[in-house]
Amino acid sequence: MGLAASRCLTARSIDHVVLERGEVANSWRRERWDSLRLLTPNWQSRLPGYQYDGADPDGYMTMREVIDFISRFAVFSGVPVRTHTTVTCVKRNDAGYDVATTNGNLRCRTLILASGACNVPSVPALSQTVPQSIQSFTPFSYRNPSDLPQGGVLVVGASATGVQLADEIVRSGRPVTLSVGEHVRLPRTYRGRDVLWWMDASGVWDQRYNEIDDVTRVRRLPSPQLIGTPERATLDLNALSAAGVELVGRLAAVRDGQALFSGGLRNLFALADLKMNRLLGTFDEWARSHAREAEVGLPERFEPTRAPASSRLKLDLRNGELRSIVWATGFRPDYSWLDVPVIDDKGHLRHDGGVVDAPGLYALGLPVLRRRKSTFIYGAGDDARELVDHLASYLATPVKARS
Amino acid sequence: MTTTSVNNGVNVQALLDAREALKGAPEATKFTWRASCKWQNGTHSKTKVQSFFGLGQEQSHKTESTLGADHPEIFASEDHAITPIEYVLVGLASCLTAGVAAVAQNRGVQLRSVESNLEGKMDIRGILGMDSDVRNGYDDIKVTFKIDADASKDEIEAIVAQSQKRSAVYDVITNPVNVTVEVK
Repeated sequence: MGLAASRCLTARSIDHVVLERGEVANSWRRERWDSLRLLTPNWQSRLPGYQYDGADPDGYMTMREVIDFISRFAVFSGVPVRTHTTVTCVKRNDAGYDVATTNGNLRCRTLILASGACNVPSVPALSQTVPQSIQSFTPFSYRNPSDLPQGGVLVVGASATGVQLADEIVRSGRPVTLSVGEHVRLPRTYRGRDVLWWMDASGVWDQRYNEIDDVTRVRRLPSPQLIGTPERATLDLNALSAAGVELVGRLAAVRDGQALFSGGLRNLFALADLKMNRLLGTFDEWARSHAREAEVGLPERFEPTRAPASSRLKLDLRNGELRSIVWATGFRPDYSWLDVPVIDDKGHLRHDGGVVDAPGLYALGLPVLRRRKSTFIYGAGDDARELVDHLASYLATPVKARS
Repeated sequence: MTTTSVNNGVNVQALLDAREALKGAPEATKFTWRASCKWQNGTHSKTKVQSFFGLGQEQSHKTESTLGADHPEIFASEDHAITPIEYVLVGLASCLTAGVAAVAQNRGVQLRSVESNLEGKMDIRGILGMDSDVRNGYDDIKVTFKIDADASKDEIEAIVAQSQKRSAVYDVITNPVNVTVEVK
């Protein structure tokens, strides 16, 4: 995200520097599990003035390929990046911001927070009540199934992360229980096209933050149940059940060494199935009204999520069957270094489409920041361009005229 | 989304306004519901409900309700009223039904009739202390709605799903809650 912004700043001849705590594409290098591939197909790997030009436009990049792609973009764009520079504090001053780093201090008139939404795994407080005998993992500490002890594994959370990890862990021969809360079900392909092709072509992905009903809720939605594989496989809860994963409700409490799960699983399935079908209906309607039927397959409807006749409500954490828990319960941004009063009481940044509630301060790469695609590489360009436009006009306004 | 021609008798605008007004008032959103119960004889009791606390102050229902509870004659009781566990079904049914009306109103869907049947399955070996592996309460609850409305089947199902998602009673049945019982 920072690199995309840099490209837009360079295009406007705005003097700037990109601070990177590690190397370019650091989070892709260090904070992802081994098997992860991008959720977006290669043809959507597009940054301002730069795009994927390989032989497999419908494939999904491995982490190694993502790192190479981003590193090449940084060189191609001549991004003035200062690596191994961790920001330790940002404070306002009369003209802008004082930025303290592990590699010297800077002053700037404007600042773009491009550190994203996934700095720290977000683990619920009830994890503290899990018996010590159970090993806990997060998507940051987990690399592959061999990291886990032999024996049962509870994966908590059914976002893209949770379903992907549950799938590869059950395939390693470990019994997996997946605790499912509110989730977003999507098929990998629909009517012969990648579902993200549909999101893009039909305009859903370009829906803007100020056109969405209840954007606060949409910003908190878990990532869709998608996986990028060479087979373009769908990884929904039916696929996981078929692979032998036991589905249980939301983890509600740990009491007397027992994990207690909600009995409301069936309704979560109904909600996700209905929402998916509404979205597919939107795609069908778009294809019909835009005369695109000829280039796609026939409309499809997928089997409803199969609910277990009676989902398990308790899991004994002390009888030795369950050995580890993977907390796939999302991520949160880390603003501990930001000494500017722009964080609300839920820890979220106060901003209007990335224009933060402090003069000259901007954000990129947060969920539905300006449009639905804002957190995808594919969405970086449009957001960066618009915010840099705003930033440029801010810089062009005389200081006295600013409120 | 609210269309003026639709009237399910729910003032959705007032609820939406309240949601907006309460954003800056975290204390006003804390409610306490109350009930006071008195033993009659045998398994028969009467519970009175009137006052509650909310919006930062004491509140009261317009009238006091008195609800009896007892057990049926096959349990060697006098059957003055429904059993306590049946009140759970009453609570769930009325909560989901209120939710259906409110969600339908908010989505501009006119309801003509909303009926539901509830079944709670329970093995009484639990309460009789015959088998400690059998739980005391329901092990399965089934709610079947029959809804006549100006909407497609999917829309109706979505309304029922949303009603469950926002139901206090559904939540308290499907999720654990801390319970403290003490003697003064």
